[in-house]
Amino acid sequence: MEQLLKTIFENDLFVYVLMAVVPLMWVLPYALFAVWLERKVSAHMQDRLGPMRTGGWHGWAQTIADILKLIQKEDIVPKAADRKLHFLAPFVVFIGSYAAFAAIPFSSAYIGSNINIGLFYIIAVSSLVVVGILMAGWSSNNKWSLLGAMRSAAQIVSYEIPTALALLSIVMIAGTLDLQEINHMQTGWFWNWYLFKKFPFVFIAFVIYSVASLAETNRTPFDIPEAESELVAGYHTEYSGMKFALFFLAEYANMFAVSAIGATLFLGGWNSPFGNFMSGPLWGVFWFLSKGMFFVFVQMWLRWTLPRLRVDQLMYVSWKVLTPWAFACILGVGFWTML
Amino acid sequence: MKQYFKDIFKSIWTIFVGMKVTFRHLFIPAVTIQYPDVKLKLPERARNRLYVNMDDCIGCFQCDLACPVDCIYIETVKALPTDDLGITSTGHKKRLWVPKFDIDIAKCCYCGLCVPVCPTECIVMTDVYEFSEFNRHHLIYNYATLTPAEIADIKAKAAAYEKEQAAKKAAASAQAKAAQPAGTPAAETTAKTETTPSTPPPRSA
Ligand code: SF4
Ligand code: SF4
Repeated sequence: MEQLLKTIFENDLFVYVLMAVVPLMWVLPYALFAVWLERKVSAHMQDRLGPMRTGGWHGWAQTIADILKLIQKEDIVPKAADRKLHFLAPFVVFIGSYAAFAAIPFSSAYIGSNINIGLFYIIAVSSLVVVGILMAGWSSNNKWSLLGAMRSAAQIVSYEIPTALALLSIVMIAGTLDLQEINHMQTGWFWNWYLFKKFPFVFIAFVIYSVASLAETNRTPFDIPEAESELVAGYHTEYSGMKFALFFLAEYANMFAVSAIGATLFLGGWNSPFGNFMSGPLWGVFWFLSKGMFFVFVQMWLRWTLPRLRVDQLMYVSWKVLTPWAFACILGVGFWTML
Repeated sequence: MKQYFKDIFKSIWTIFVGMKVTFRHLFIPAVTIQYPDVKLKLPERARNRLYVNMDDCIGCFQCDLACPVDCIYIETVKALPTDDLGITSTGHKKRLWVPKFDIDIAKCCYCGLCVPVCPTECIVMTDVYEFSEFNRHHLIYNYATLTPAEIADIKAKAAAYEKEQAAKKAAASAQAKAAQPAGTPAAETTAKTETTPSTPPPRSA
Protein backbone atom coordinates (compact mmCIF):
# COMPACT_ATOMS: atom_id res chain seq x y z
CA MET A 1 0.00 0.00 0.00
CA GLU A 2 2.82 2.35 0.84
CA GLN A 3 4.44 1.75 -2.55
CA LEU A 4 1.16 2.21 -4.32
CA LEU A 5 0.46 5.50 -2.58
CA LYS A 6 3.97 6.69 -3.33
CA THR A 7 3.47 6.11 -7.02
CA ILE A 8 0.12 7.86 -6.91
CA PHE A 9 1.09 10.95 -4.98
CA GLU A 10 4.84 11.17 -5.71
CA ASN A 11 5.31 12.97 -2.45
CA ASP A 12 6.87 10.87 0.29
CA LEU A 13 6.01 13.14 3.18
CA PHE A 14 2.35 13.28 2.24
CA VAL A 15 2.24 9.50 1.97
CA TYR A 16 3.80 9.08 5.38
CA VAL A 17 1.26 11.41 6.95
CA LEU A 18 -1.52 9.55 5.17
CA MET A 19 -0.23 6.20 6.40
CA ALA A 20 -0.04 7.53 9.93
CA VAL A 21 -3.55 8.92 9.87
CA VAL A 22 -5.25 5.76 8.59
CA PRO A 23 -5.47 4.02 12.00
CA LEU A 24 -6.86 7.24 13.46
CA MET A 25 -9.72 6.95 10.99
CA TRP A 26 -10.53 3.73 12.75
CA VAL A 27 -9.65 4.64 16.34
CA LEU A 28 -11.85 7.72 16.60
CA PRO A 29 -15.13 6.17 15.42
CA TYR A 30 -14.22 3.00 17.26
CA ALA A 31 -13.80 4.92 20.54
CA LEU A 32 -17.18 6.58 20.11
CA PHE A 33 -18.76 3.25 19.32
CA ALA A 34 -16.96 1.40 22.11
CA VAL A 35 -18.00 3.90 24.77
CA TRP A 36 -21.58 3.52 23.62
CA LEU A 37 -21.21 -0.25 23.51
CA GLU A 38 -19.71 -0.31 26.97
CA ARG A 39 -22.71 1.55 28.31
CA LYS A 40 -25.13 -0.70 26.56
CA VAL A 41 -23.31 -3.87 27.59
CA SER A 42 -23.06 -2.75 31.19
CA ALA A 43 -26.70 -1.74 31.20
CA HIS A 44 -28.02 -4.94 29.73
CA MET A 45 -25.84 -7.06 31.97
CA GLN A 46 -27.55 -5.32 34.88
CA ASP A 47 -31.00 -5.66 33.27
CA ARG A 48 -31.13 -1.97 32.51
CA LEU A 49 -31.44 -0.26 29.16
CA GLY A 50 -28.66 2.31 29.17
CA PRO A 51 -28.88 5.42 26.99
CA MET A 52 -32.08 5.27 24.97
CA ARG A 53 -32.97 8.79 23.91
CA THR A 54 -30.15 10.64 22.16
CA GLY A 55 -30.38 10.13 18.42
CA GLY A 56 -33.39 7.90 18.50
CA TRP A 57 -32.50 4.26 18.07
CA HIS A 58 -31.10 2.98 21.38
CA GLY A 59 -29.32 6.26 22.05
CA TRP A 60 -26.75 5.69 19.33
CA ALA A 61 -25.75 9.36 19.30
CA GLN A 62 -25.09 9.54 23.04
CA THR A 63 -21.31 9.48 22.77
CA ILE A 64 -21.35 12.02 19.94
CA ALA A 65 -23.36 14.33 22.17
CA ASP A 66 -20.90 13.66 24.98
CA ILE A 67 -17.88 14.52 22.91
CA LEU A 68 -19.57 17.72 21.73
CA LYS A 69 -20.16 18.58 25.37
CA LEU A 70 -16.57 17.79 26.30
CA ILE A 71 -15.26 20.02 23.50
CA GLN A 72 -17.27 22.95 24.79
CA LYS A 73 -16.30 22.47 28.40
CA GLU A 74 -13.97 24.79 30.21
CA ASP A 75 -10.47 23.44 30.52
CA ILE A 76 -9.74 23.72 34.23
CA VAL A 77 -6.16 23.62 35.46
CA PRO A 78 -5.64 23.59 39.23
CA LYS A 79 -3.80 26.65 40.50
CA ALA A 80 -1.03 24.65 42.15
CA ALA A 81 -0.60 22.28 39.23
CA ASP A 82 2.55 22.05 37.22
CA ARG A 83 1.06 23.61 34.12
CA LYS A 84 3.49 22.27 31.55
CA LEU A 85 3.33 18.65 32.69
CA HIS A 86 -0.38 18.93 33.28
CA PHE A 87 -0.83 20.05 29.70
CA LEU A 88 1.50 17.46 28.21
CA ALA A 89 0.32 14.39 30.10
CA PRO A 90 -2.84 13.53 28.14
CA PHE A 91 -0.96 13.88 24.89
CA VAL A 92 1.82 11.61 26.06
CA VAL A 93 -0.72 9.01 27.14
CA PHE A 94 -2.52 9.16 23.83
CA ILE A 95 0.68 9.13 21.81
CA GLY A 96 1.82 6.11 23.79
CA SER A 97 -1.28 4.15 22.94
CA TYR A 98 -1.60 5.43 19.39
CA ALA A 99 2.03 4.76 18.53
CA ALA A 100 1.37 1.06 18.98
CA PHE A 101 -0.97 1.20 16.01
CA ALA A 102 1.98 1.99 13.76
CA ALA A 103 3.11 -1.62 13.77
CA ILE A 104 -0.25 -3.35 13.90
CA PRO A 105 -1.15 -5.03 10.61
CA PHE A 106 -4.72 -4.12 9.75
CA SER A 107 -4.68 -6.22 6.64
CA SER A 108 -2.24 -7.97 4.38
CA ALA A 109 -2.04 -4.73 2.42
CA TYR A 110 -1.85 -2.22 5.22
CA ILE A 111 0.53 -1.86 8.10
CA GLY A 112 1.55 1.57 9.28
CA SER A 113 5.23 0.76 9.34
CA ASN A 114 6.44 -2.62 8.23
CA ILE A 115 9.37 -2.91 10.58
CA ASN A 116 10.90 -6.27 11.34
CA ILE A 117 10.83 -5.74 15.10
CA GLY A 118 7.16 -4.80 15.21
CA LEU A 119 6.25 -6.72 18.34
CA PHE A 120 9.24 -5.45 20.25
CA TYR A 121 8.42 -1.91 19.17
CA ILE A 122 4.82 -2.23 20.35
CA ILE A 123 5.79 -3.57 23.76
CA ALA A 124 8.38 -0.85 24.14
CA VAL A 125 6.31 2.08 22.96
CA SER A 126 3.19 1.21 24.90
CA SER A 127 5.22 1.64 28.10
CA LEU A 128 5.24 5.33 27.28
CA VAL A 129 1.71 5.40 28.64
CA VAL A 130 3.09 4.95 32.15
CA VAL A 131 5.17 8.10 31.76
CA GLY A 132 2.11 10.05 30.74
CA ILE A 133 0.07 8.69 33.63
CA LEU A 134 2.80 9.51 36.11
CA MET A 135 3.06 13.00 34.65
CA ALA A 136 -0.68 13.47 35.01
CA GLY A 137 -0.71 12.22 38.59
CA TRP A 138 2.30 14.21 39.69
CA SER A 139 1.47 17.48 37.98
CA SER A 140 -2.12 17.57 39.24
CA ASN A 141 -0.88 18.26 42.76
CA ASN A 142 -3.64 16.12 44.15
CA LYS A 143 -3.13 13.19 46.46
CA TRP A 144 -5.72 11.02 44.73
CA SER A 145 -4.15 11.64 41.36
CA LEU A 146 -0.72 10.86 42.67
CA LEU A 147 -1.87 7.67 44.39
CA GLY A 148 -3.59 6.56 41.24
CA ALA A 149 -0.55 7.30 39.15
CA MET A 150 1.76 5.42 41.53
CA ARG A 151 -0.54 2.44 41.52
CA SER A 152 -0.76 2.58 37.78
CA ALA A 153 3.00 2.68 37.42
CA ALA A 154 3.42 -0.27 39.76
CA GLN A 155 0.73 -2.19 37.99
CA ILE A 156 1.74 -1.54 34.41
CA VAL A 157 5.42 -2.15 35.05
CA SER A 158 4.79 -5.43 36.80
CA TYR A 159 2.26 -6.68 34.29
CA GLU A 160 4.47 -5.86 31.37
CA ILE A 161 6.65 -8.78 32.38
CA PRO A 162 4.07 -11.57 32.04
CA THR A 163 2.73 -9.88 28.90
CA ALA A 164 6.11 -9.81 27.24
CA LEU A 165 6.94 -13.35 28.38
CA ALA A 166 3.64 -14.68 27.08
CA LEU A 167 4.24 -13.04 23.74
CA LEU A 168 7.76 -14.39 23.74
CA SER A 169 6.52 -17.94 23.45
CA ILE A 170 4.79 -16.98 20.19
CA VAL A 171 7.95 -15.32 19.00
CA MET A 172 9.81 -18.56 19.70
CA ILE A 173 7.39 -20.50 17.54
CA ALA A 174 7.34 -17.95 14.74
CA GLY A 175 11.02 -17.12 14.93
CA THR A 176 10.33 -13.50 14.04
CA LEU A 177 9.16 -10.25 15.59
CA ASP A 178 7.63 -9.06 12.35
CA LEU A 179 3.88 -9.05 12.86
CA GLN A 180 3.08 -9.23 9.16
CA GLU A 181 5.31 -12.29 8.94
CA ILE A 182 3.58 -13.86 11.95
CA ASN A 183 0.25 -13.30 10.23
CA HIS A 184 1.44 -14.96 7.05
CA MET A 185 2.52 -18.00 9.05
CA GLN A 186 -1.01 -18.47 10.34
CA THR A 187 -2.73 -18.43 6.96
CA GLY A 188 -5.10 -21.21 6.16
CA TRP A 189 -7.81 -22.66 8.28
CA PHE A 190 -8.27 -21.65 11.88
CA TRP A 191 -6.36 -24.65 13.20
CA ASN A 192 -3.29 -22.95 11.82
CA TRP A 193 -3.69 -20.19 14.35
CA TYR A 194 -1.06 -20.16 17.03
CA LEU A 195 -3.69 -20.49 19.71
CA PHE A 196 -4.13 -24.15 18.76
CA LYS A 197 -0.44 -24.92 18.35
CA LYS A 198 1.75 -26.64 20.94
CA PHE A 199 -1.12 -27.28 23.29
CA PRO A 200 -1.29 -26.43 26.18
CA PHE A 201 1.63 -24.03 26.34
CA VAL A 202 0.38 -21.47 23.84
CA PHE A 203 -3.09 -21.70 25.27
CA ILE A 204 -1.77 -20.90 28.74
CA ALA A 205 0.26 -18.07 27.25
CA PHE A 206 -2.93 -16.77 25.69
CA VAL A 207 -4.73 -16.78 29.03
CA ILE A 208 -1.78 -15.04 30.66
CA TYR A 209 -1.72 -12.45 27.90
CA SER A 210 -5.45 -11.81 28.23
CA VAL A 211 -5.21 -11.28 31.98
CA ALA A 212 -2.08 -9.16 31.81
CA SER A 213 -3.35 -7.03 28.96
CA LEU A 214 -6.41 -6.22 31.00
CA ALA A 215 -4.12 -4.96 33.73
CA GLU A 216 -2.07 -2.97 31.26
CA THR A 217 -5.09 -1.08 30.04
CA ASN A 218 -6.20 -0.34 33.62
CA ARG A 219 -9.50 -2.08 33.12
CA THR A 220 -11.54 -3.82 35.78
CA PRO A 221 -10.72 -6.09 37.58
CA PHE A 222 -7.37 -4.29 37.50
CA ASP A 223 -8.63 -0.72 37.55
CA ILE A 224 -7.15 0.24 40.90
CA PRO A 225 -5.35 3.27 39.36
CA GLU A 226 -8.73 4.91 38.81
CA ALA A 227 -10.67 3.13 41.51
CA GLU A 228 -13.65 5.46 41.80
CA SER A 229 -14.61 4.30 45.25
CA GLU A 230 -11.20 5.04 46.71
CA LEU A 231 -9.46 7.58 44.50
CA VAL A 232 -12.21 9.75 43.02
CA ALA A 233 -11.02 9.11 39.47
CA GLY A 234 -7.34 8.33 39.93
CA TYR A 235 -4.73 10.08 37.82
CA HIS A 236 -7.25 12.05 35.71
CA THR A 237 -9.17 13.50 38.66
CA GLU A 238 -7.99 17.01 37.87
CA TYR A 239 -8.68 16.90 34.16
CA SER A 240 -11.71 18.26 32.42
CA GLY A 241 -13.00 18.89 28.96
CA MET A 242 -10.96 17.81 26.00
CA LYS A 243 -7.97 16.65 28.03
CA PHE A 244 -10.14 14.27 29.95
CA ALA A 245 -11.55 13.11 26.64
CA LEU A 246 -8.01 12.42 25.47
CA PHE A 247 -7.42 10.14 28.47
CA PHE A 248 -10.65 8.41 27.66
CA LEU A 249 -9.71 8.05 24.03
CA ALA A 250 -6.30 6.71 25.03
CA GLU A 251 -7.87 4.10 27.28
CA TYR A 252 -10.14 2.85 24.52
CA ALA A 253 -7.38 3.01 21.92
CA ASN A 254 -5.24 0.99 24.29
CA MET A 255 -8.01 -1.55 24.74
CA PHE A 256 -8.16 -2.04 21.01
CA ALA A 257 -4.39 -2.12 20.67
CA VAL A 258 -3.96 -4.97 23.14
CA SER A 259 -6.92 -6.76 21.62
CA ALA A 260 -5.41 -6.36 18.19
CA ILE A 261 -2.09 -7.74 19.33
CA GLY A 262 -3.83 -10.69 20.94
CA ALA A 263 -5.82 -11.27 17.77
CA THR A 264 -2.73 -11.00 15.60
CA LEU A 265 -0.55 -13.31 17.62
CA PHE A 266 -3.02 -15.93 18.73
CA LEU A 267 -6.00 -15.74 16.39
CA GLY A 268 -4.38 -15.24 13.03
CA GLY A 269 -4.86 -11.47 12.70
CA TRP A 270 -6.36 -10.65 9.32
CA ASN A 271 -6.52 -14.28 8.24
CA SER A 272 -9.90 -15.71 7.46
CA PRO A 273 -10.75 -18.67 9.69
CA PHE A 274 -11.92 -20.62 6.65
CA GLY A 275 -8.86 -20.96 4.48
CA ASN A 276 -9.25 -19.04 1.24
CA PHE A 277 -12.93 -18.39 1.80
CA MET A 278 -13.57 -14.67 2.36
CA SER A 279 -9.92 -13.80 2.37
CA GLY A 280 -8.16 -10.93 0.69
CA PRO A 281 -6.91 -7.51 1.76
CA LEU A 282 -10.37 -6.05 2.37
CA TRP A 283 -11.79 -9.13 4.03
CA GLY A 284 -8.57 -9.07 6.03
CA VAL A 285 -9.59 -5.70 7.49
CA PHE A 286 -12.97 -7.17 8.34
CA TRP A 287 -11.56 -10.25 10.07
CA PHE A 288 -8.95 -8.27 11.90
CA LEU A 289 -11.42 -5.69 13.17
CA SER A 290 -13.98 -8.30 14.19
CA LYS A 291 -11.41 -10.32 16.11
CA GLY A 292 -10.22 -7.14 17.80
CA MET A 293 -13.74 -6.07 18.63
CA PHE A 294 -14.48 -9.50 20.01
CA PHE A 295 -11.65 -9.09 22.50
CA VAL A 296 -12.84 -5.60 23.31
CA PHE A 297 -16.24 -7.06 24.04
CA VAL A 298 -14.68 -9.72 26.26
CA GLN A 299 -12.89 -6.98 28.17
CA MET A 300 -16.18 -5.22 28.74
CA TRP A 301 -17.81 -8.49 29.67
CA LEU A 302 -15.13 -9.13 32.28
CA ARG A 303 -15.41 -5.61 33.56
CA TRP A 304 -19.06 -6.05 34.40
CA THR A 305 -18.50 -9.48 35.88
CA LEU A 306 -15.56 -9.16 38.22
CA PRO A 307 -14.96 -6.92 41.21
CA ARG A 308 -11.78 -4.94 41.60
CA LEU A 309 -8.67 -6.61 43.01
CA ARG A 310 -6.86 -5.34 46.07
CA VAL A 311 -3.37 -3.95 45.51
CA ASP A 312 -1.60 -6.86 47.18
CA GLN A 313 -3.75 -9.37 45.30
CA LEU A 314 -2.84 -7.57 42.13
CA MET A 315 0.85 -7.96 42.82
CA TYR A 316 0.35 -11.56 43.87
CA VAL A 317 -1.35 -12.39 40.58
CA SER A 318 1.39 -10.78 38.59
CA TRP A 319 4.49 -12.02 40.36
CA LYS A 320 3.45 -15.32 41.83
CA VAL A 321 1.01 -16.62 39.26
CA LEU A 322 1.36 -15.08 35.83
CA THR A 323 5.13 -14.65 35.68
CA PRO A 324 6.10 -18.20 36.74
CA TRP A 325 3.53 -19.69 34.42
CA ALA A 326 4.73 -17.52 31.57
CA PHE A 327 8.26 -18.80 32.22
CA ALA A 328 6.96 -22.34 32.22
CA CYS A 329 5.31 -21.69 28.87
CA ILE A 330 8.52 -20.34 27.41
CA LEU A 331 10.41 -23.39 28.61
CA GLY A 332 7.75 -25.73 27.29
CA VAL A 333 7.56 -24.06 23.91
CA GLY A 334 11.32 -23.81 23.77
CA PHE A 335 11.90 -27.52 24.33
CA TRP A 336 9.10 -28.41 21.96
CA THR A 337 10.54 -26.30 19.14
CA MET A 338 14.01 -27.76 19.74
CA LEU A 339 12.76 -31.33 19.46
CA MET B 1 1.71 -25.92 46.87
CA LYS B 2 -1.47 -27.88 46.44
CA GLN B 3 -3.40 -24.87 47.64
CA TYR B 4 -1.66 -22.71 45.03
CA PHE B 5 -2.91 -24.82 42.14
CA LYS B 6 -6.29 -25.15 43.73
CA ASP B 7 -6.56 -21.37 44.01
CA ILE B 8 -5.61 -20.84 40.39
CA PHE B 9 -8.10 -23.42 39.21
CA LYS B 10 -10.80 -22.02 41.41
CA SER B 11 -10.27 -18.44 40.30
CA ILE B 12 -10.38 -19.36 36.62
CA TRP B 13 -13.42 -21.54 37.20
CA THR B 14 -15.31 -18.87 39.13
CA ILE B 15 -14.51 -16.29 36.47
CA PHE B 16 -16.25 -18.49 33.95
CA VAL B 17 -19.17 -19.00 36.29
CA GLY B 18 -19.49 -15.23 36.70
CA MET B 19 -19.19 -14.65 32.98
CA LYS B 20 -21.95 -17.14 32.37
CA VAL B 21 -24.22 -15.26 34.76
CA THR B 22 -23.55 -11.86 33.20
CA PHE B 23 -23.91 -13.26 29.69
CA ARG B 24 -27.29 -14.68 30.54
CA HIS B 25 -28.38 -11.34 31.91
CA LEU B 26 -27.33 -9.68 28.67
CA PHE B 27 -30.38 -11.27 27.07
CA ILE B 28 -32.86 -10.93 29.89
CA PRO B 29 -35.30 -8.14 29.03
CA ALA B 30 -34.51 -5.01 30.98
CA VAL B 31 -36.74 -4.05 33.87
CA THR B 32 -36.37 -0.37 33.06
CA ILE B 33 -39.53 1.50 32.18
CA GLN B 34 -39.13 4.26 29.62
CA TYR B 35 -40.88 6.71 31.87
CA PRO B 36 -42.46 9.50 29.87
CA ASP B 37 -43.39 7.07 27.10
CA VAL B 38 -44.47 4.19 29.27
CA LYS B 39 -45.98 4.69 32.68
CA LEU B 40 -46.66 2.32 35.48
CA LYS B 41 -50.28 2.13 36.52
CA LEU B 42 -50.41 3.38 40.07
CA PRO B 43 -53.08 2.32 42.52
CA GLU B 44 -55.99 4.70 42.42
CA ARG B 45 -55.27 5.91 45.94
CA ALA B 46 -51.51 6.07 45.70
CA ARG B 47 -50.06 8.85 47.82
CA ASN B 48 -49.79 11.63 45.29
CA ARG B 49 -51.69 14.79 44.57
CA LEU B 50 -54.61 15.51 46.89
CA TYR B 51 -58.08 16.09 45.60
CA VAL B 52 -60.91 17.70 47.52
CA ASN B 53 -64.48 17.19 46.50
CA MET B 54 -65.90 20.53 47.58
CA ASP B 55 -69.48 19.37 47.21
CA ASP B 56 -68.96 17.15 50.22
CA CYS B 57 -66.78 19.36 52.38
CA ILE B 58 -68.52 20.52 55.51
CA GLY B 59 -65.72 22.84 56.58
CA CYS B 60 -65.02 20.98 59.80
CA PHE B 61 -61.26 21.79 59.84
CA GLN B 62 -60.37 18.19 60.76
CA CYS B 63 -57.91 17.88 57.86
CA ASP B 64 -56.37 21.25 58.70
CA LEU B 65 -55.81 20.12 62.27
CA ALA B 66 -54.37 16.77 61.25
CA CYS B 67 -51.88 18.16 58.79
CA PRO B 68 -48.38 18.04 60.31
CA VAL B 69 -46.99 20.76 58.06
CA ASP B 70 -50.03 23.06 58.18
CA CYS B 71 -50.42 23.37 54.50
CA ILE B 72 -54.20 23.35 54.36
CA TYR B 73 -55.82 26.75 54.62
CA ILE B 74 -59.57 26.82 55.17
CA GLU B 75 -61.99 29.63 55.77
CA THR B 76 -65.62 29.14 56.58
CA VAL B 77 -68.66 31.34 56.79
CA LYS B 78 -71.78 30.37 58.65
CA ALA B 79 -74.74 29.79 56.47
CA LEU B 80 -77.96 31.63 57.21
CA PRO B 81 -80.76 29.57 58.71
CA THR B 82 -82.68 30.38 55.60
CA ASP B 83 -79.99 28.96 53.28
CA ASP B 84 -80.13 25.31 52.46
CA LEU B 85 -76.67 24.03 51.53
CA GLY B 86 -77.92 20.52 51.12
CA ILE B 87 -76.41 17.38 52.50
CA THR B 88 -73.23 15.58 51.56
CA SER B 89 -73.17 12.24 49.86
CA THR B 90 -72.42 10.71 53.25
CA GLY B 91 -75.56 12.26 54.72
CA HIS B 92 -74.00 15.09 56.73
CA LYS B 93 -75.84 18.34 56.71
CA LYS B 94 -73.74 21.24 55.42
CA ARG B 95 -73.92 24.26 57.70
CA LEU B 96 -70.94 26.28 56.54
CA TRP B 97 -69.88 27.92 53.33
CA VAL B 98 -66.28 27.19 52.49
CA PRO B 99 -65.09 30.23 50.52
CA LYS B 100 -61.44 29.28 50.85
CA PHE B 101 -59.89 25.84 50.73
CA ASP B 102 -56.24 26.00 49.68
CA ILE B 103 -53.63 23.28 49.87
CA ASP B 104 -50.01 24.27 49.41
CA ILE B 105 -48.96 21.12 47.64
CA ALA B 106 -45.35 22.29 47.63
CA LYS B 107 -45.32 21.96 51.41
CA CYS B 108 -47.40 18.80 51.54
CA CYS B 109 -45.37 15.79 52.56
CA TYR B 110 -47.90 13.29 51.25
CA CYS B 111 -48.31 11.74 54.66
CA GLY B 112 -51.97 11.18 53.99
CA LEU B 113 -52.98 12.09 57.55
CA CYS B 114 -55.65 14.47 56.30
CA VAL B 115 -57.47 11.71 54.46
CA PRO B 116 -58.78 9.38 57.18
CA VAL B 117 -59.92 12.15 59.52
CA CYS B 118 -62.37 13.64 57.08
CA PRO B 119 -65.86 12.78 58.29
CA THR B 120 -67.31 13.01 54.79
CA GLU B 121 -64.43 11.32 52.98
CA CYS B 122 -64.12 14.16 50.57
CA ILE B 123 -60.36 14.73 50.72
CA VAL B 124 -58.55 11.91 48.92
CA MET B 125 -55.19 11.14 47.39
CA THR B 126 -55.02 10.42 43.69
CA ASP B 127 -52.57 8.78 41.31
CA VAL B 128 -51.60 12.08 39.67
CA TYR B 129 -47.92 12.83 40.23
CA GLU B 130 -46.89 14.97 37.29
CA PHE B 131 -47.56 18.53 38.42
CA SER B 132 -44.26 20.35 38.37
CA GLU B 133 -44.51 24.08 37.88
CA PHE B 134 -42.18 26.90 36.95
CA ASN B 135 -43.74 29.20 39.50
CA ARG B 136 -44.12 27.78 42.96
CA HIS B 137 -47.16 29.93 43.66
CA HIS B 138 -48.96 27.79 41.16
CA LEU B 139 -48.50 24.91 43.55
CA ILE B 140 -51.03 26.38 45.94
CA TYR B 141 -54.18 24.70 44.81
CA ASN B 142 -57.50 26.43 45.32
CA TYR B 143 -60.29 23.97 45.69
CA ALA B 144 -63.02 26.36 46.73
CA THR B 145 -65.75 26.50 44.13
CA LEU B 146 -67.42 29.75 45.09
CA THR B 147 -66.80 32.77 42.85
CA PRO B 148 -65.49 36.01 44.40
CA ALA B 149 -68.85 37.67 43.84
CA GLU B 150 -70.62 34.85 45.63
CA ILE B 151 -68.12 35.01 48.47
CA ALA B 152 -68.61 38.74 48.86
CA ASP B 153 -72.34 38.23 48.84
CA ILE B 154 -72.22 35.44 51.41
CA LYS B 155 -69.92 37.39 53.65
CA ALA B 156 -72.06 40.48 53.48
CA LYS B 157 -75.17 38.50 54.24
CA ALA B 158 -73.49 36.69 57.10
CA ALA B 159 -72.22 39.95 58.54
CA ALA B 160 -75.65 41.52 58.28
CA TYR B 161 -77.24 38.47 59.91
CA GLU B 162 -74.60 38.52 62.61
CA LYS B 163 -75.30 42.15 63.30
CA GLU B 164 -78.98 41.50 63.40
CA GLN B 165 -78.49 38.65 65.81
CA ALA B 166 -76.20 40.77 67.94
CA ALA B 167 -78.70 43.55 67.98
CA LYS B 168 -81.42 41.06 68.94
CA LYS B 169 -79.29 39.62 71.69
CA ALA B 170 -78.39 43.02 72.96
CA ALA B 171 -82.02 43.93 72.99
CA ALA B 172 -82.85 40.66 74.73
CA SER B 173 -80.21 41.12 77.37
CA ALA B 174 -81.25 44.74 77.84
CA GLN B 175 -84.75 43.52 78.34
CA ALA B 176 -83.52 40.88 80.76
CA LYS B 177 -81.53 43.51 82.62
CA ALA B 178 -84.50 45.75 82.72
CA ALA B 179 -86.58 42.89 84.01
CA GLN B 180 -84.05 41.84 86.62
CA PRO B 181 -84.43 44.60 89.21
CA ALA B 182 -88.12 43.87 89.22
CA GLY B 183 -87.39 40.20 89.69
CA THR B 184 -87.08 38.29 92.92
CA PRO B 185 -83.74 37.36 94.59
CA ALA B 186 -84.38 33.95 93.12
CA ALA B 187 -82.49 35.34 90.12
CA GLU B 188 -79.36 33.77 91.58
CA THR B 189 -80.51 30.42 90.35
CA THR B 190 -80.05 31.75 86.85
CA ALA B 191 -76.29 31.90 87.27
CA LYS B 192 -76.00 30.71 83.75
CA THR B 193 -77.54 33.74 82.27
CA GLU B 194 -75.30 35.95 84.33
CA THR B 195 -72.11 34.34 83.07
CA THR B 196 -73.13 34.93 79.51
CA PRO B 197 -71.72 38.28 78.52
CA SER B 198 -74.20 40.93 77.84
CA THR B 199 -72.96 41.36 74.31
CA PRO B 200 -71.70 38.33 72.46
CA PRO B 201 -68.22 38.77 70.97
CA PRO B 202 -68.43 39.70 67.34
CA ARG B 203 -67.72 36.51 65.41
CA SER B 204 -65.40 37.10 62.62
CA ALA B 205 -66.72 35.86 59.33
S1 SF4 C 1 -51.04 14.68 53.02
FE1 SF4 C 1 -50.22 15.25 55.03
S2 SF4 C 1 -48.97 17.06 54.59
FE2 SF4 C 1 -50.31 16.77 52.82
S3 SF4 C 1 -52.06 18.05 53.21
FE3 SF4 C 1 -52.55 16.01 54.00
S4 SF4 C 1 -51.98 16.05 56.16
FE4 SF4 C 1 -51.00 17.82 55.19
S1 SF4 D 1 -61.94 17.16 57.01
FE1 SF4 D 1 -63.09 16.89 55.09
S2 SF4 D 1 -65.04 17.95 55.51
FE2 SF4 D 1 -63.60 18.61 57.08
S3 SF4 D 1 -62.74 20.50 56.26
FE3 SF4 D 1 -61.35 18.84 55.67
S4 SF4 D 1 -62.07 18.24 53.66
FE4 SF4 D 1 -63.71 19.46 54.53
